[in-house]
Amino acid sequence: MGLEIVDDIRKDYVHDLIGSGKRVDGRGFREYREISVERDVIKRAEGSARVKIGNTDVLVGIKLEPGEPFPDAPDEGVIITNAEFVPLASPEFESGPPDENSVQLARVVDRGIRGSEAIDLEKLCIEEGEKVWIVFIDIHILDNDGNLVDAAALGAIASLMNIRIPNERYDLTGENTLPMRDTPVAVTTVEIEGNILVDPNFNEENAATSRLTVISNADGTISAMQKSGSGGLKEEEIVEMVEIGIEKAGEIREKFL
Amino acid sequence: MKEGKEKIELIKEGKRLDGRGFDELRPIKIEVGVLKRADGSCYFELGDNKVIAAVYGPREMHPRHAQDAKMAVVKFRYNMAPFSVDDRKRPGPDRRSVEISKVSREALDPVIMREYYPKTAIDVYVEILQSDAGTRTAGINAASVALADAGIPMKDLVSSIAVGKIGGEVVLDLNAMEDNHGEADMPVAMVSRTNTITLLQMDGRLEKEEFERGLKLAMRACHQIYELQRTALIDRYSESVDVGEGEA
Repeated sequence: MGLEIVDDIRKDYVHDLIGSGKRVDGRGFREYREISVERDVIKRAEGSARVKIGNTDVLVGIKLEPGEPFPDAPDEGVIITNAEFVPLASPEFESGPPDENSVQLARVVDRGIRGSEAIDLEKLCIEEGEKVWIVFIDIHILDNDGNLVDAAALGAIASLMNIRIPNERYDLTGENTLPMRDTPVAVTTVEIEGNILVDPNFNEENAATSRLTVISNADGTISAMQKSGSGGLKEEEIVEMVEIGIEKAGEIREKFL
Repeated sequence: MKEGKEKIELIKEGKRLDGRGFDELRPIKIEVGVLKRADGSCYFELGDNKVIAAVYGPREMHPRHAQDAKMAVVKFRYNMAPFSVDDRKRPGPDRRSVEISKVSREALDPVIMREYYPKTAIDVYVEILQSDAGTRTAGINAASVALADAGIPMKDLVSSIAVGKIGGEVVLDLNAMEDNHGEADMPVAMVSRTNTITLLQMDGRLEKEEFERGLKLAMRACHQIYELQRTALIDRYSESVDVGEGEA
């Protein structure tokens, strides 16, 4: 009960500020928090990246293991994306099986990568119908100050961009690198008091009734979208959010990928 | 939804394989109040999709710590029957159904006047009996009518449909064949009275212009579906209040 009241006060505060043209942390409506991408941070992983967007801190690790292909795609590797909202990252996170938010996050990041066809799945075939590389993209949230999707998606593509295929470990031969064919970047916006804000922090995320993630590719096409939250959006707002999404993705791609 | 490898020509001479035009819905059938025990229910067909929705509540919320002191909590469960798809679906929730349940609930939340029933739960159950792509949209359409049938106060109905891209064209309401071999899929849900979008997902590859065109196409179709949902409800309830030609 007590916490709910504090929540309401925070929401009102965020709304009042935005109504007068300001954000809680002094940013412009179209401005990201400071982003940093650190690559190859985990020695044991085939690829990894730690992405910080403001106080939000996400670690993505990629592991590759040989496994069986799907029967309907015998010569293609498999991508499996998973997200863990570990309890160290936020008082809201609890240990236990993945909840709907972590499932959604993983699936949206996965769709962005899949839709862009960044990974050439046929290059991950070891023996048709028998053995292919399974690419495990594991998203580990370390600190949740909002906008986990953008951080996770950026971490995923940054890690994928320099993965080493562990042929030796499994007594296999072949290429050790896997060049990416595209660089999907996620941009999340929220609507508050008729304004569209990019990169919502935790308080803004809670104050907004709906948010939209747009994942777009190097050529400006869209590879995934997801509206989230118990509110609605107008057509004009969505169109604007998509425009902002594509534009901001371009800036992030140029700077960090 | 894995992408098929072989190229299939999905559009021939300006028509789709099932003979539909680009902006044409599959046939829709709606029946209201089909279940006896549920407080509200609806059977919904969209082409070869057959889904049934039931609503229970408002009723006591379990577990109690999940209650909301200010409003009802909507719980939405999307579930596929094992026999609803070609390869038997293992019973029980998987990651796909967890996500669909979440976005479907969020598609309905904006119209339900939850503040009327604090501390309660409104359970919405959607069962997919037969699937042919577009099950989540059919489920939302059914759930929306079932909520009205249960007498839950709502600001409006929610209507839902997917658009997508097949053979280079933006088209309405993909069937399973088109979905499996198409380039993009985008489910949309909308509140007709206010033209508010309450569900939007997309995967595949779309140009910005194609997206905008697709969104308009979906919105127009949502209005069509809305009329069918309204008509089904009116038909159902005008029967039960029929008092005849002034006879006592």
